[in-house]
Amino acid sequence: MNRFLIPFGVFVVVVGFLAVGLTLNPRELPSPLVGRPAPDFSLPQLHDQGKVLSSNDLKGKVWLLNFWASWCGGCKEEHPVLIHLAQSGEVPIYGMDYKDTREEALTWLRQWGNPYLVVAVDALGRVGINYGVYGVPETYVIDKAGVIRYKQIGPLREDILQEKILPLVRELQNQ
Amino acid sequence: MRWLLAVILLIPGLAVAEEAKPLADNPVAEARLKALAVELRCLVCQNQTLADSNAPLAEDLRREVREMIAKDMSDQEIIDFLVERYGDFVLYRPRWKVSTTLLWLGPFLLLIAGATALVLALRRRQKKLVDVALSEEERTRVAQLLSEGANRL
Repeated sequence: MNRFLIPFGVFVVVVGFLAVGLTLNPRELPSPLVGRPAPDFSLPQLHDQGKVLSSNDLKGKVWLLNFWASWCGGCKEEHPVLIHLAQSGEVPIYGMDYKDTREEALTWLRQWGNPYLVVAVDALGRVGINYGVYGVPETYVIDKAGVIRYKQIGPLREDILQEKILPLVRELQNQ
Repeated sequence: MRWLLAVILLIPGLAVAEEAKPLADNPVAEARLKALAVELRCLVCQNQTLADSNAPLAEDLRREVREMIAKDMSDQEIIDFLVERYGDFVLYRPRWKVSTTLLWLGPFLLLIAGATALVLALRRRQKKLVDVALSEEERTRVAQLLSEGANRL
């Protein structure tokens, strides 16, 4: 009896590990930047190229930074959620147009609507690298002191917004 | 007709061959990039190195590494730059930390466990073998069989 119990026990443990492994998403990598100051940037704005959006100007308020691009499918998917959030006025959303062309980005926003207060242009993806972006869309929650408090990898969904992001934003706004 | 053929055959001669250009302006820097890039993971196509990948992000990261090499940063500084942004996952050779202890030691632990199990199993089997004494009858039979065998040769 014993000689079957031991291999069976090992089998059960291995299956347990594999079962948990199957439910994990290998694309979701924990960001080392959560809890650290958001990298500074100073980039030209999409709509008014003469103006600059600088992360320093945003100190003192809680804001979302959303990396997106007109060529990105997931961005289209999360777009209604962003529009909805923008309409609620709960938290300002700043856009980062990641490795895109100006014309296409403007057309995209005109076509689907613009949830962003201001959109900055990261044409070469350098700011993206500083933020550890490895696939758009990615969204960061940044607090009043300019510290990254949350990173959403992949499209935002209404449930993530309601359960994670908005409670966090409210808590940070009250600090 | 024949002169036309001659003219056609001469056409390739118009292409003036040039000496092959080196792939990069600075072969030393490029060699360093190559050595670093095989140690770093492309985060988009996760099982390729930065050197293998054609993903746009990998191209950007190679550009970034190239610039850091040009700035004369050490390999460690460049790796730290990437780990700071993308985490340890960017490294193909995980760092020795508390959380990676099992990863590094696991194979050796498994080897030791396997070897111990093997030794124990062999010893147990050894104990099961009991020396059996042959009876007189069996001895004669053995002698008979052996001599028969010897005769047959």
